[in-house]
Amino acid sequence: MTLQHVLFLVFGAVALGAAIGMVTARRVFHAALWMLLSFFGVAGLYVLLEAPFFAAAQLFVYMGAIGILIIFAIMLTRGMMRQRLPRVNDQWWFAGLLAAVLLGVLAWLIWQGPWPVSAAAVPEGSLHRLGTVLVDPEGYALPFEVASVLLVMSLIGAVTIVRER
Amino acid sequence: MEFLSRLLTFLSDALVNIGAWFHGLLVGWGLGEPWLTLITGGIGALILAFFPLTVVVFMIWAYRKIAARMQGRLGPNSSGTWAGPYGILQTFADAIKMLVKEDVRPRGVDLVPYNLAPILVVFASMVLWAVVPFGPAVIGTDLSIGIFYVLAFSSAALIVFLMAGWSSNNKYAAVGAFRAVAQLIGYEIPQLLAVLAVVMVAGSLRMQDIVAQQDVAFLFQLPMTALIFFLASMAEINARPFELLEAESELVCGYFIEYGGMKFGMFYLAEFMNSTAVAAIFATLFLGGWRGPWVDQAPILGTVWFLLKMGLMIFLWMLIQITLPRLRIDQMLAFNWKFLVPLALANLCLVGLVNKGITEAFPGGVSAWTRAGLLLVANIVLFLATWAVVAAHERKAQQRRLAWEQAQVEGAEVSA
Repeated sequence: MTLQHVLFLVFGAVALGAAIGMVTARRVFHAALWMLLSFFGVAGLYVLLEAPFFAAAQLFVYMGAIGILIIFAIMLTRGMMRQRLPRVNDQWWFAGLLAAVLLGVLAWLIWQGPWPVSAAAVPEGSLHRLGTVLVDPEGYALPFEVASVLLVMSLIGAVTIVRER
Repeated sequence: MEFLSRLLTFLSDALVNIGAWFHGLLVGWGLGEPWLTLITGGIGALILAFFPLTVVVFMIWAYRKIAARMQGRLGPNSSGTWAGPYGILQTFADAIKMLVKEDVRPRGVDLVPYNLAPILVVFASMVLWAVVPFGPAVIGTDLSIGIFYVLAFSSAALIVFLMAGWSSNNKYAAVGAFRAVAQLIGYEIPQLLAVLAVVMVAGSLRMQDIVAQQDVAFLFQLPMTALIFFLASMAEINARPFELLEAESELVCGYFIEYGGMKFGMFYLAEFMNSTAVAAIFATLFLGGWRGPWVDQAPILGTVWFLLKMGLMIFLWMLIQITLPRLRIDQMLAFNWKFLVPLALANLCLVGLVNKGITEAFPGGVSAWTRAGLLLVANIVLFLATWAVVAAHERKAQQRRLAWEQAQVEGAEVSA
């Protein structure tokens, strides 16, 4: 067992444990904090995969942006701050069913696919390649631009909604 | 003589040589791979973590002395008891006082987030030092994502303010946390866009590459970018005139109102550590980092230049902090969203176009000075355009004000 294995187990345990903590927390704020810890665990896994850009993006986007947004939403919702909520509501059976189906599909996929593993090291300059591919018309320029347009639209929409009339 | 020359050779790159000597010592003890990396890495991390703490202790002292001198007060040397020459021991006394204070815990706090927040806030400002280049070969780890790592951690650290504000079970703390996050998220955008302009010209996120690209310091190539970054980071580190996270006299300290003793001290410490970190990053991005004369002959000088540049930025920060009054929160947010963000976007477009244009116009490559000159011209144009827009806006506002006053006077006459 190398250091990498140990770290993988640690980060995996953090991500999964925090996910369990999230769904069992009785306060919504605690659930949000658990979720952020889970994101952090996933960022650690990215680091182990030698994908530092994704790890930083995970911190930046999921913890820095989405996490804050979710906590804002919780805090601006009346009555969600203090009270302890039941862990499940009356739709639990449907959610459980969906989760079970998803688990089954994912497990089947993992079971099915041959997962080619290369012992070669991660090539140098992968960050540079990522940048090139994102703006290359042969690469992913179109999805990248579509995502940008979507974000600009939501930005303009937000401004329009809150504008004083 | 021979000893002297050997000593000089050793000293000329002292930090690297000490590291190599220590590494050799461990190898000599017969340590094998995972342990070797763990021990040297761990010691390096400890040094990096203690460096900002050491700087902060003296920075707090210097801040109090300079502030006292500038505001016509006596500094910490006159607190009644002897505190070393020029009061230099005052900070240590304060730290010990904070450590031995009673740990007051208000009723109804949410224990785990409440206690975790002060730890995480210091952690978040310590980890930034891992990628700061102190010299040609002195850097914690030269990550390929360098500056993005810094931005990611400072963005994720915002959660801590919400944790502290929410778990304190205090309305003022919760509102303070909202105010803090509104300010910090807002000013993160121009900061990010300024860094992006630097990254476009440098062509890399790696800190050492950014330093290597600065044959002409980016301050002279991209002065507008430097200005935007400076203003935005002043707000990020909560310095006056943007000091609205704390504002103890008007806004009861905001999100950390319920913290006392060393827990309060941790927030205070993190604030000063963030200012040193921002000074270090500004020095790296815009002042050429460790670059300076004679660094090739004696790499240790690089560290000296870097620390001098960092000290200069800290001093500049202190000057502004000491002399300016606070803005109101609405003025502050308006300044960000209506001025700094549009300016940063315009700056980003301009820098991108000019930089790409230079590369396209001179296929055979172009000297650093030509590129710097063209970028500087573009920046001056942007500055004049900004000036014109602001002046026109101000004229209009003035006219509106006059018209309004006129209407008031006429209204008064009618009613009389």
